[in-house]
Amino acid sequence: MTADTEPSPVPKLEMRGITKRYPGVTANDHIDLNLQRGEIHALLGENGAGKTTLMNILYGLAVPDEGQILIDGAPIRIAGPADAIARGIEMVHQHFMLIPVLSVAENVILGSETMANPVFLDRREASRRIRELAGRFGFELDPDAKIESLSVGQQQRVEILKMLYRDAQILVLDEPTAVLTPSETEEIFELLRNLAKDGRSIIFISHKLKEVLEIADRVTVIRRGTVIGERRPAETNEKELAELMVGRAVQLTAERGQSHLTEVQLKLKDLHVRDDRGGEAVRGVDLEIRGGEILGIAGVAGNGQDELVEALVGLRKVAAGRIWLGGKDVTGASPRTINEANVGYVPADRHRFGLILAFPLTDNLVLTSYYKPPFAHGLVRDERAILDAARKRISEFDIRTPSPAVPAQTLSGGNQQKLVVAREFDGDTTLLVLDQPTRGLDVGSIEFIHRRIIEKRNAGTAVLLVSAELDEVMELSDRIAVMFRGKLVAFLDGRTADKNQVGLLMATGGAGSGTSDAAGAAS
Amino acid sequence: MSRPEEGRSQEASIVVRVWSLIAIPLLAVFMALVVGAVVIVLSSTLVLKNPFDPMLPITAYAALAQGGLGSYDAFISTLVLTTPLLLAGLGVGIGFKAGLFNIGAQGQFLMGAVGSVAVAVTFAHAPAVIAITASLLGGMIAGALWGFVPGLLKATSGAHEVVTTIMMNYIALALLAWIVIGPLRQAGSVSPSTPDVGAAALPILLDRSGHIGIFIAFAAVPIAWFLLYRTTRGFEIRAVGANPDAARYAGVKPRRLIVLTMSIAGSLAGLAGACTILGVTHQMNTTFSTTVGFDSITVALLGRSNPIGIMLAALLFGAMRAGAGPMQINAGVPVELVDFIQALILLFLIANVVLRRLLRLRGVSGAEQTGFDTITRSYGRETTV
Repeated sequence: MTADTEPSPVPKLEMRGITKRYPGVTANDHIDLNLQRGEIHALLGENGAGKTTLMNILYGLAVPDEGQILIDGAPIRIAGPADAIARGIEMVHQHFMLIPVLSVAENVILGSETMANPVFLDRREASRRIRELAGRFGFELDPDAKIESLSVGQQQRVEILKMLYRDAQILVLDEPTAVLTPSETEEIFELLRNLAKDGRSIIFISHKLKEVLEIADRVTVIRRGTVIGERRPAETNEKELAELMVGRAVQLTAERGQSHLTEVQLKLKDLHVRDDRGGEAVRGVDLEIRGGEILGIAGVAGNGQDELVEALVGLRKVAAGRIWLGGKDVTGASPRTINEANVGYVPADRHRFGLILAFPLTDNLVLTSYYKPPFAHGLVRDERAILDAARKRISEFDIRTPSPAVPAQTLSGGNQQKLVVAREFDGDTTLLVLDQPTRGLDVGSIEFIHRRIIEKRNAGTAVLLVSAELDEVMELSDRIAVMFRGKLVAFLDGRTADKNQVGLLMATGGAGSGTSDAAGAAS
Repeated sequence: MSRPEEGRSQEASIVVRVWSLIAIPLLAVFMALVVGAVVIVLSSTLVLKNPFDPMLPITAYAALAQGGLGSYDAFISTLVLTTPLLLAGLGVGIGFKAGLFNIGAQGQFLMGAVGSVAVAVTFAHAPAVIAITASLLGGMIAGALWGFVPGLLKATSGAHEVVTTIMMNYIALALLAWIVIGPLRQAGSVSPSTPDVGAAALPILLDRSGHIGIFIAFAAVPIAWFLLYRTTRGFEIRAVGANPDAARYAGVKPRRLIVLTMSIAGSLAGLAGACTILGVTHQMNTTFSTTVGFDSITVALLGRSNPIGIMLAALLFGAMRAGAGPMQINAGVPVELVDFIQALILLFLIANVVLRRLLRLRGVSGAEQTGFDTITRSYGRETTV
C-alpha cells in the first residue's frame, strides 16, 4: 500500500531477539521483528506458534526473558498494558472486549473518559470525536447505538475506533477477520489501508493465507517460536507460505475422490424454527441428504443456519414441520435421542455447546456417552475406561496436550476443535452436522479436519456442512444449497457450481429462482 | 490471552494448580487473622482502656488454639461444633458445583431440626435404633423438602433460588415457633419448649459430648466426594454448573437436575439440624436458632466447594467456636472476635481479586465451579434453565 518498501533508517517498532521460555516450552526463541511507519505487517503462524506470546510481550502482558523492544529507535521497557497504551500501542483481541449493554461511545471512551467536569462525562464531546474519527477513516457508526444491536463487523469497527480514540500509533489486530463475513472483511481491509495511509503501523495476526497476501506489505512467518522467513506478498504465494508455516508440504484443497450414495439419512419437510427473540429464523426448509454425500449450506451468517442446525440436533424447538433421521420421525426429540441415533454435531461455538472448558480432556471426550457402558456401570463412572478411551482418541486425532487430565481450556483453538471432532466423529455415524467446523483454525488443522470429513463421507455418512467460508463449502460439497433469509433458495451441483454465482445467490437470494428448492430437495 | 500450557511439564502444572486452589483460602484466613490482631489491640486499648499490649493478639490466638485443639476435651468439643457446619457446608458446596447459590441452608437446617424433633417425640418410647434412624431421616426429609421447593420453583418458573430460599428461611423460622408453641409444646413447661427427644438421643461415643453425629458428618465427606467425582449424576451436576449449554447438549436435563441438587443440599443441611437436636440440645425451644446455616456458606466458599476443602474449613470454624470461650476467659478478648474473623474471611474470599493481585495470581485455570463464580453469576447474568 503506502508503506515505503525501503526500510527507513529508524523503524517505528523493533523487537530484537525476543525470547520467552515457559516451563517445558520456548514460546519465543530470539524473534526479530520490525515494523515501519505506515506499514501493514502480517504475522503468520499456526496456533501455538508463538504469535500471541510475542504480542502479549509487546502489550506488556508478559515479560520477555531476553531481548529488547525499541520504539522510534529508543529502547523501552513495557511494564503493563497501561504502559503500552501510553506509548501508543493498542491491541484488538480475537474475542472482542466490549460491554454489550453500553453504547458505542461509552465503550470507546471506557478507560480514557472525556470529562465535562470531575464528576460527569462529556458525552457530547465524546460523540463528536467519535463521529469525526469514523468520518476521517471512511465509515459510519452511530455513537449512541448499543453494542448488542450491532453486527459483528460493526463491533470490530468499534474496537478499532477505541484504539484510534486513544490515538494509537501501533495497532495490533489478532485474527480480526475470524468472525467476519467476506464483505465485512473487505470493509475492514479498506479501513486498515486508510489507517496505514495515515501513517499508523499495523501488525496483522492471521493464519488465513489469502487475506495475508491481500492486505500485508510484509509477512513474517513464525513456527515453533522462531522466525522462519520474511516475504513480500509479490514474491510469494499461498503454497509457499503454508509450507513455511506448517513445515511440510500442505494440500490446500482436499482430495475429494468418489463416494457412492446410499439411502436418505436426513429428511426435512417444511421446517420452521424460531430464533431467541421469537422471530422466524428458518422459514420452511425442505431437504434430503443421502449417506455418502456432503451437502454444503452456503450463506451469509445470520440467515437461519445456526437455528436450522440447532433444531436438527435437538437443542432448539421445531416450530413447525418434520425431521426424519434414517426414516424415523425425530421431530422434537431431545439432544440425547438424536445423539443415540448416531448423529455427530460440531457446533459453531465450541465454547458454548461443544466443550466444558473447565473439565479435563477425558470428561470432554465422553460428554455425550458418559452415562453408558463402558464409561459407566449403573451410576458409577469407570475412570479407567474413560482414560483409556481418551488416550486412544488423543493419539488418533493428534490432539497436542501434555496430558489427558488437563482442562480443555489449556489447549489451543485448533486442538480444542480436534477434541470436539474426535468425540463427534467417533463410531458409526449416520449423520454429521457441522456448523463452521474450521472457523478460526490454522492451515494444518483445517487440512486435518477436511480430510476426516471426507473419510466419513466415503464411509457412508451423510454430512451437512454449514460454513460462512464460501471456499470451504465449494471445496467439500457434493451438493451446495444456498440459504437466504431462512430459506434454501437454490441447490447446485458441487462439481460444477461457480463461485461468483453462489456469491450472488448468498447476497440476493437469487430473486425469482424460487422453483429450484423443490427440484433440489428431490435430487 | 494465550496460555502456553502446551508442552508445559505435567509436574509443574500440578503444583501450580494445587497452589492456585489453596492460595486464596489460605491467604484469606491469614489476612483475617492479621486484621483481627489489629482490632484486638485497638479495642483493648481504646475501648477497654487496658494498657497497650502489642503481644495481646498472640496471647488471644494462642488461647483460641488452646481452647479448640489444646486438649482431648477441647478437640471433642471442636468436633461437635464442626459437625453441623460440615454437613450444611457440603450441601451448600454441592449447590455451588451445580451453579446454584443456596442461601437456604439456614431454613433447611431449622426444618431438619423441626422434622427430627417431631419424629423423635413420636418415637420417644421406641427402641433406640428405630427412634434414632427415624428421627434422622425425618430431619433429612424435612430439609430436603425445603430445598426441593426452591428447586422446583426455579425449574418451572425460573424464580431465582437466592430469593426463594431467603423466603423459605423465614417460613421455616415461623413454622418452628408455631410448632414449639403449638403442637409439640411440652405440657406444663414454663417457657414453651418441646419434650425431650428421649430414645432418639444420639449415643455419646467420645468423651462427654462426642455424639455419633460426628461420625455421620465425617462419613458424608467421602460420600459427597464420590457422588460428585465418581458418579454420572455428580458429573451432570458439575457439568450444569460449569456450562449449562454443553450439559444440555450432553443430554442432561437441567431442570430435573436443579430440583435434585437442591433436594440433596437441603437434606444435608436438614441432617445437620437433626444432629444438633438429637446430639446436643435434645429439645427445642422458640429461641432455637444458630447461625450454622449462614456460616456454612462461608465454609463452602472457604473450602472451594470441594468436600475435602469443606471438611478442613468446617474444622477451622468449629475450632474457633470451641476456642472462643477459653479465649475470653484466658486472654480477656470477647468471644465475638470469632464472628468478626469469620466475617473478615468471607470478605477477603469475596474480594479475592485483591488477594490475587497481592499474590500475582492469574485467574485459576481449569477450576470448576468453586462458589465465587456462582455468586457473581447469581446477579446480573441470565441463568439458563
